[in-house]
Amino acid sequence: MSLSPDELRELARYVLLTRPDEIGCDDWLGHAPRYAELVAAREPVPEPLRRAAEHLDVCPECAEEFRACLAALTAEGGSD
Amino acid sequence: MAIVSGRRPPSPGLDLSDDAAASGLTLALPIFLGANPVTERTNEDWLRSLSEMAAVDDAAVADLREVLRRGLRRALSGRAAADDGFIEDMAQEGVLKVLSGLAMFRGDCRFTTWGITIAVRVAFTELRRARWRDVSLDRLVEDAPARCPTTPPADGSSQDARQAILAAMHGVLDSDLTDRQRQALVAELRGMPQAEIAAQMGLTRNALYKLTHDARQNLKRGLEAAGISGDEVRSTFDL
Repeated sequence: MSLSPDELRELARYVLLTRPDEIGCDDWLGHAPRYAELVAAREPVPEPLRRAAEHLDVCPECAEEFRACLAALTAEGGSD
Repeated sequence: MAIVSGRRPPSPGLDLSDDAAASGLTLALPIFLGANPVTERTNEDWLRSLSEMAAVDDAAVADLREVLRRGLRRALSGRAAADDGFIEDMAQEGVLKVLSGLAMFRGDCRFTTWGITIAVRVAFTELRRARWRDVSLDRLVEDAPARCPTTPPADGSSQDARQAILAAMHGVLDSDLTDRQRQALVAELRGMPQAEIAAQMGLTRNALYKLTHDARQNLKRGLEAAGISGDEVRSTFDL
């Protein structure tokens, strides 16, 4: 098994972002709605929640889902 | 759960109390954002209406399904695979997930935002699974990628340093990770969805996350043990 240069670069990025106290995807799901509401409303994000949101830097899938949630929230009130 | 298996009309006599925000309003006003009106409710109203399993408010269930349908339509806008039928199915699945997970609601956001977040995860999990369901994890990990440098070396010395770091990373990957850690990590790097990796490895998504987190920590420690600093890694990969 060998990795391509692009895969190694992505792996290096993940490794640099790795922290011992990271949260997992299920834990993030508990934080995501509040974080989405604050981001959508452009309101300040409390430090603990901001740290939880660092999960998005190392989890492309949660990041993709978060962007979609944000799209749903920011479009709220528009025509359906 | 039979109560959400079809589109039953609201039960007569049920109180359509109100409010989408956690604002404590008490007026019962249906809002018309689309073809179907949805009654506004406070978080407490939603919980009360949905949690009494002996007499769940059918109107609240129908409204929840409508809220999720609208949220999914906006969230999945522009995705060809997310047609009306898919969105209806995912809204239905989302309702089931919400009803079975009411105890998980923290109350620090609107109930509807929480529900949409859950439905979005359900929908993306299904979309990813559909794209990857015929891909074998073993084959994906075994298949060697093309070896082509993404950036040309600037000079001989930086090329030497780069090669040393790449060799160290491969060394750590090969010797400091378990087979399962390596398999999961490489599958993620090659784009396989976590739900699919987890399914093929017999893990939950959270257990998979822990496995790859441990793998990344092992890698980090391995590079540090090899005398490679974070700055050197950043410089090498232009991060």
